[in-house]
Amino acid sequence: MNERENIFGRIREALRVQAPVPGAHPAGKGGAKVHTVSEAEAAKHIHEWLPPVGETFEQHAELFRANALDLRAEFHLLDDVREMEDHLRGLAASEGWKKVATHAGELTDRVCAALGLPWMTTDGEYDVRELESCDAGISQCEALIAQTGSVLVSSRSSGGRALSVLPPHHVVLARRDQLLPDLPTAFALLQSKYQSDFPSLISFITGPSRTGDIERILVLGAHGPRKLTILCV
Amino acid sequence: MSAASQQFEHDAERLTHDLRHRSLIQTALKKYEVARDSKKSRYQDWQSARQTAAEIKWDAVNHLNTYLEEFASKLEARGAHVHWASTSEQARQIILGIVREKNARSIIKSKVMTGEEIHLNEALEKAGLTVVESDFGEYIVQLRHEAPYHFVFPAMHLVRGEISKLFEEKLGSKPTNDPEELMMIARGILRNKYITADVGITGANFAIAETGMISITENEGNARLTCALPKVHIALMGIEKVLPKLQDLALFMPMLATAGAGQVLTGYNSLYAGPRQPGESDGPDEFHLVLLDNKRTHLLADAEQRDALHCIRCGACLNVCPIYRNVGGHTYGTTYQGPIGSVITPHLRGLQEWKHLSYASSLCGACTEACPVKIDLHHHLLQGRRNAMARYPVWWERLAFKVFGLVVNHSLLVGLASSLARVAQRLHPLIKGTRLDPARPWTRSRELPQVAKQTFKEFWRSRKR
Repeated sequence: MNERENIFGRIREALRVQAPVPGAHPAGKGGAKVHTVSEAEAAKHIHEWLPPVGETFEQHAELFRANALDLRAEFHLLDDVREMEDHLRGLAASEGWKKVATHAGELTDRVCAALGLPWMTTDGEYDVRELESCDAGISQCEALIAQTGSVLVSSRSSGGRALSVLPPHHVVLARRDQLLPDLPTAFALLQSKYQSDFPSLISFITGPSRTGDIERILVLGAHGPRKLTILCV
Repeated sequence: MSAASQQFEHDAERLTHDLRHRSLIQTALKKYEVARDSKKSRYQDWQSARQTAAEIKWDAVNHLNTYLEEFASKLEARGAHVHWASTSEQARQIILGIVREKNARSIIKSKVMTGEEIHLNEALEKAGLTVVESDFGEYIVQLRHEAPYHFVFPAMHLVRGEISKLFEEKLGSKPTNDPEELMMIARGILRNKYITADVGITGANFAIAETGMISITENEGNARLTCALPKVHIALMGIEKVLPKLQDLALFMPMLATAGAGQVLTGYNSLYAGPRQPGESDGPDEFHLVLLDNKRTHLLADAEQRDALHCIRCGACLNVCPIYRNVGGHTYGTTYQGPIGSVITPHLRGLQEWKHLSYASSLCGACTEACPVKIDLHHHLLQGRRNAMARYPVWWERLAFKVFGLVVNHSLLVGLASSLARVAQRLHPLIKGTRLDPARPWTRSRELPQVAKQTFKEFWRSRKR
């Protein structure tokens, strides 16, 4: 049984007849505007069609803030890591955290050490039940995307696959230079950073986990975190 | 008349008179419309975005063999197992084979429309396995032993009271009117299922040829968990989902979100490139991808309607369709409802049995206008009628049109017919609405137009005098 060859055979056979190019009128109906498709051309223009993002860091930060507000995520632009530590201590106290989960990283190491709570890491083998019982997952990210208010994480930069979805509160620690204007820039970053050796998971997280499955009413905290906090220094 | 067609007619008749159903659907879709319009207006140029998306999809589908080959070999190079299935039976056997080999007992599923297409749950359950749907809407319809009502919003036809009652019956929970509490009940149960499941099954929204990745779009985080915790991940997807470049997602991800649910971006857009890689701390040890044809190549061979394979399953055409909004999702009896379902189902499941769906359209073109990848849906529905008529001609319709042609080509006959019609119309009230009424399907809900008191010729003659 070689279904692979069968399928490719049928595809090749089917493609012997050309399909009309999108936007062109059916043959013979006059005024047909036929243009060839070039992938490289298309990619260059995508950012011109998507929502505008502005030029400066301030505009990007403002856009990210507005998107986060819309998505019911918390976004705080802080002055230094010390302020980040304070903010997180405040969160821990107000929500009564008992234990947090994190991964090794420049920001996570400093901030979690200052938190004064028991913590586990997801850098090596870990117990899923233990992670499930943590009050917050604290991770770094690949980037923040102003255009959509998204956090870009990957299994390599953000403590594996489960840390950012299993605990009820996901806290993202980011640096100012990680704030990117738009989606095309984010994909370009991934490509230049990883070439062809990509992490096995790359995820654009846009707001806390949500559902609208009952009468299209928004409910936060569907299966993933009910809260998403993004702290940026 | 096929069984599917009879069922469609019967259910459509019932639901179009169901005012509660109508108001439910109108309310839900009104909310969608408001959100979609506000998000769409943020784009610098939505129409150009649609054109570009259509061109990228055209390139992908018209060079499907090249991109599919590139995609599969890149993915295999990352340690994934790629399987090929020509039919739904083969796809079911492949998945059952993997599950049996792993001695798996419990399976967690995130939303997989191709799974609905091949009736995967039934096959797995028959083999003695426990399958749990993790998408909230899918979980609800699974508990009700029902098909999804809409391929994006599976439980759109239910109100919270009904869901609360369902949970009371099936899960023994306390009644509540709060959507959040209902979600929490399901969340509590499903959390444990992710952790204990042996296998996770997902679909895929896009596949990237350039990098060998699949992309999954979701709001709840259930697919993220399904791909993170079980030791085996099986993804099932149609062969038409391939996109050439990673960058293409910068356009398709936001367009899918905006057209499909009125969002800037869906909650989680995740790319999976194989199983857990060396140096990573979690994720499945095995990643299997099942590529499904199931007559997609049949649609591919129809150059005229090939662009129906551009579909990204956003559901926008359902949401705007006046037929869908009146007859509802279950009436179609198909995995894919609405205009896109009416176009592709005759290809995927047989023209004779499903040709009636081509008529489930007012040809208003709202679907074509809404489609983010510019599929010419309403023309395809018209072509579907033509194809059905050419292959399965209906003798009495042909005869009727022949007679009509004959009459209108002869002025004497036209005069005779209109005089007869005037007499017939005067007598019509005697039988109107009864079984003897030849115009009954029309007169049951509408008035017949009045035949003019005189023909134009008669009018002209009387004016000259």
